[in-house]
Amino acid sequence: MSWLTQTLTSSIGKKVLMSLTGLFLCLFLVVHLIGNLQLFKDDGGYAFNTYAVTMTTFTPVKIISYLNYFFILFHAFWGIYLEVRNRKARNVKYNLIRNQSTWSSRNMALLGTILLVYIVVHMGDFWYKFHNEPLPYVQYTEMLSTGEVFSQVMPAGYTQDVKQVEFVNSDEGTRTVIVKDLYQTVSVAFQNFLLSFFYLLGMVAVGFHLYHGFQSAFQTLGINHPKYSPFIKAVGIWVFAFIIPAAFAAMPLYFYFKQF
Amino acid sequence: MNLTLKVWRQKNSQSEGYFETHQLTGISPDMSFLEMFDVLNEKLVEENKEPVAFDHDCREGICGMCSMYINGRPHGPLEGVTTCQLHMRSFSDGDTIVVEPWRATAFPVIKDLVVERSSFDRIIAAGGFVSVNTGNAQDANNIPIPKDDADDAFAAAACIGCGACVAACKNASAMLFVSAKVSQLALLPQGQAERTIRAEKMVAQMDEEGFGSCTNTGACSAECPKEISLENIARLNREYLGAKLSSKSV
Repeated sequence: MSWLTQTLTSSIGKKVLMSLTGLFLCLFLVVHLIGNLQLFKDDGGYAFNTYAVTMTTFTPVKIISYLNYFFILFHAFWGIYLEVRNRKARNVKYNLIRNQSTWSSRNMALLGTILLVYIVVHMGDFWYKFHNEPLPYVQYTEMLSTGEVFSQVMPAGYTQDVKQVEFVNSDEGTRTVIVKDLYQTVSVAFQNFLLSFFYLLGMVAVGFHLYHGFQSAFQTLGINHPKYSPFIKAVGIWVFAFIIPAAFAAMPLYFYFKQF
Repeated sequence: MNLTLKVWRQKNSQSEGYFETHQLTGISPDMSFLEMFDVLNEKLVEENKEPVAFDHDCREGICGMCSMYINGRPHGPLEGVTTCQLHMRSFSDGDTIVVEPWRATAFPVIKDLVVERSSFDRIIAAGGFVSVNTGNAQDANNIPIPKDDADDAFAAAACIGCGACVAACKNASAMLFVSAKVSQLALLPQGQAERTIRAEKMVAQMDEEGFGSCTNTGACSAECPKEISLENIARLNREYLGAKLSSKSV
């Protein structure tokens, strides 16, 4: 075994792989949230739909997204493997346990499994449909002078070869964009109570997972310092366990209550 | 005090264990937990029964021999206290107390409440030492050591190797123990000669013994009778990763 595989397969190395992939996924969550906040823009989905095209066509973003899918799968299955291994380290269970640790920290594998199921459903709902299903198209006309945007749903059966058709009419001073209406797909999907509720549960799981996970990742990398650790813990709890899941959870809630 | 004691009985490492219930009457609240077991054992001997085997030695909280998992917690309900320093006044009259041995694959039960902890000895033998020149002793204070480092090394050296960290950890991980033993030497000038090889070898031995890996739950430090800090585990991670990156052993 080379020194590198020896390092990465040691108990500490295995954890470092969990830590690094986990931190990457935390970073992804921030970017994903910033992009998705465009769902709250009252522009008929113009910003969100064109953003969706950029994210699925711009090559560097595509490379990072496939890396991201790989890290999600790696983090999930490596985590399950570690959990199985760790359980073997106690072959006879205790009769009575009063553990002095947080519930999150003891249930990372359970929370992670919930999140894996959530991610599969989530990607099936939107990612798969966006890539593989004939979603309706929408045409946006932007007045270049005022910045006003008018949207118009394309007739049923309309399709185009590229993800985004764009042309500028300099006589009329307008820019026209035709894209798949993912915004509409999202808003219709979240009108379903069960799906919205499932998404809320998913976000609760993210919150609890990161309540322990974020700060734990730094500890695994050996970062524990009286100056920085309180800051890392605060960011883990407030930003990653509370604000980010709450902001994501606001999306299904927004569309669910908008229908009434 | 009158107590109901549910205690783990197991003839040897091969046999199946079971819980045995004993009623104890007239226990003094000033007795230590181990003295309460002495009373139980005297009673068992008088009844011509096998006394409960348990580990103990100094009974003053410094040897690390006593090891009882009391009511779901290693060394019982108090913080920073070993089983021998736990007194019956920490319990109430009429309580039921459940006593189990440490549970870890790397700590097999030998008999009743006694577990085999030589896996810790093998980890120490793998690298938990310093090379010292023979000859005259050096002048005291000849090597300057920053006060902070001396304090941290001393706090780590307080580890008595009882194994409560392993017993408390949901993964039966020995990271707190190993990290304390690596830290106490890595922080001092005397420990520099074997610094990288120590971290590498002690972790390798720890993995070989079948302990689980650390998931940073912090249960170990919360239960440690010597209150060893989690900072040591972060330091061990740094020492190990640094050693792997810098050492010349390929």
